[in-house]
Amino acid sequence: MALSMKGDFTDNLGKIYGIYVGGFFAFVLLMAVLSMVGVPDRFILWSYMAMTIGIYAFIGIMSRTAVVTEYYVAGRSVPAIYNGMATGADWMSGASFVGMAGTLFVLGYDGLAFVLGWTGGYVLVAVLLAPYLRKFGAYTVPDFLGTRYNGNAARLVGIIVLFCCSFTYITAQVYASGIIASQFLGIDFEIAVFAGLLGILVCSMLGGMKAVTWTQVAQYIVLIVAYLLPAVWMSTVQFGIPIPQLTYGGALSKIAEYEQILGVAKAHVAPFTTYSPKDYFFLIFCLMVGTASLPHILMRFFTTPTVREARKSVGWSLFFIFLLYFTAPAYAAFSKFNLMGLFANAEGLQLAFTAIPEWMLQWGSIAGHQLVTICGVKAETVMAIQTACEAKGFVGGFPYAELKLNNDMIVLSTPSIAGMPIWVVGLVGAGGFAAALSTADGLLLAIANALSHDVYYKMIDPKADTKRRLMISKILLVVVALAAAFLARTKPSDILSMVSWAFSIAAAGLFAPLVLGVWWKRTTSMGAILGMIAGFGTTMYYLIGNVYGFDLVKGTGDEIVWFGVASISSGIFGVPVAFVVTYLVSLFTPEPSREMQEFVDRLRLPSGGQMMVQGAND
Amino acid sequence: MPDNITREVAEAHWSKTKKLMVTTLAIWFFFGFFIHFFVSSLNNIVILGFPLGFYMAAQGSLIVFVVLIFWFASRQNTIDEEFGVAED
Repeated sequence: MALSMKGDFTDNLGKIYGIYVGGFFAFVLLMAVLSMVGVPDRFILWSYMAMTIGIYAFIGIMSRTAVVTEYYVAGRSVPAIYNGMATGADWMSGASFVGMAGTLFVLGYDGLAFVLGWTGGYVLVAVLLAPYLRKFGAYTVPDFLGTRYNGNAARLVGIIVLFCCSFTYITAQVYASGIIASQFLGIDFEIAVFAGLLGILVCSMLGGMKAVTWTQVAQYIVLIVAYLLPAVWMSTVQFGIPIPQLTYGGALSKIAEYEQILGVAKAHVAPFTTYSPKDYFFLIFCLMVGTASLPHILMRFFTTPTVREARKSVGWSLFFIFLLYFTAPAYAAFSKFNLMGLFANAEGLQLAFTAIPEWMLQWGSIAGHQLVTICGVKAETVMAIQTACEAKGFVGGFPYAELKLNNDMIVLSTPSIAGMPIWVVGLVGAGGFAAALSTADGLLLAIANALSHDVYYKMIDPKADTKRRLMISKILLVVVALAAAFLARTKPSDILSMVSWAFSIAAAGLFAPLVLGVWWKRTTSMGAILGMIAGFGTTMYYLIGNVYGFDLVKGTGDEIVWFGVASISSGIFGVPVAFVVTYLVSLFTPEPSREMQEFVDRLRLPSGGQMMVQGAND
Repeated sequence: MPDNITREVAEAHWSKTKKLMVTTLAIWFFFGFFIHFFVSSLNNIVILGFPLGFYMAAQGSLIVFVVLIFWFASRQNTIDEEFGVAED
């Protein structure tokens, strides 16, 4: 059954996803009709969640598998364009979907460091790594390190780095999906975290990489429609042209006018008002190099049929990611323009207490989060706002400067701010959920595969049979997921910082050994191992030292700062250290064996089939 | 080394591949970093409401990255075929 499904599935991809897209639009249309005939809002929101999670679970169950190559690398049968979509969903996390436009809204030009950093890294992936890793034919990233650098020492260091970056990242995702579920479904955050987890597990547990791939394609479609629709809507309403990426220039000029009127000192388009140029470019560097080092992204390129497809697939990945990232600044500009307009067009440039829009109070009164702040207080009731503002000397209303919005609410709340109907609001919620789920799936699989394949199979029990290995992998998946959920429940830090740390950790620990392993034949095992340890160690030392200090308590004054670098750019130290140490140690150790040099030669040639032959030595 | 490919061919293929890598990464560096050093001056040029410096970081460089990867993939294919090391 499962096997015959597989043949059907990959042969009929176009048809299957065609039907899926049609069905999805029909569902959105149905929701639109239902909301017009007066079905309660809550019902619409729940339907979106139930419907999308149901579909993901259905795909997960349909593509369940017990074949090793299908479980680890989707049978290496994913065409470039579909792998691009899956990578897009894998890549765009809750942070991108929920937080990106909000960050741009607040930071203006400086926020574009994230847009640049999270796209440019794919050039490094395409040129330096993806085709060679595909040619090698490994199941996991540590698998490559273990083979290229002769043994389990390199494999183990690789696993430690992978675990640190992926676990930091996944905690942020589970946290994000918990926030979304709790806001849209109105259930408790702690329960929502576990509800989100269930959705994640259904897809990844049954069918490994194969199920995750086809679910991620479905999730990409939901998330991109959910992201584009409100932006297209606002563009059409304000400028009559449904291409927000083209028309938001108009919104930018309007914002500049409003900034003059309202006396806002930080212009939206002016550079380096929050970050110094140094912070800005360091951050871009860390995010780009981190992109090319994150195992859950690199392993997506193990799934294409050929080396050629792997390269092309990186292009498609970036294209699908680009669709969201070049819309985010438009989203931010339209929201900001809408909001500033409220104040610029009001009497005395103050928003009257009687004119406070419903959404400010709705979002402001969500328990446990400080999403809307007016005159320094949580915007829960008009009375509370009025009292606080009058204490500050504002009578009758409050100025723009007294309104503070949390980054994470901009995207989720924009549909209601711009007065869009509930079926759009629900769609955006479903999109955010899809983004968080798909990234969490990919990360979870990266961790569980490394533990089951590299630690258990390659290091502990090389004689284990297929069934046992997959069983171990599935058990580990649940264990890691539960651990992440428990950590997420403690609300450790904000989503964007946690995600940025993961990038710096990955960049410092993995970029140098992966790149040099392909591009410099002289790299020795000892060089790579010490390089990884030095790079990873330096960045972890700075990260912990900078954020907590060495008593591990925040704000006690023993924090370290080197050259004024922020913790989110801590990879800036580790990456060069890793390269220099690898280079020097390699020169001082005997050059790699003849076989290893020939191994690298073969790695560089696309022809001749993949190098790790399944069945023989897997 | 696969039997049907000589060391000379493999080395020539790799040297061309390296050149392509350097070219691609140079373009990447230019649009990823270099051009943004001049954001303040570029912002004085405004097209359709977009200050150019802002536009390059928000959209221009991104478009370049997407096109660059597809261009790179097709160039690398040509190189592989030229030396007879492409996949069947």
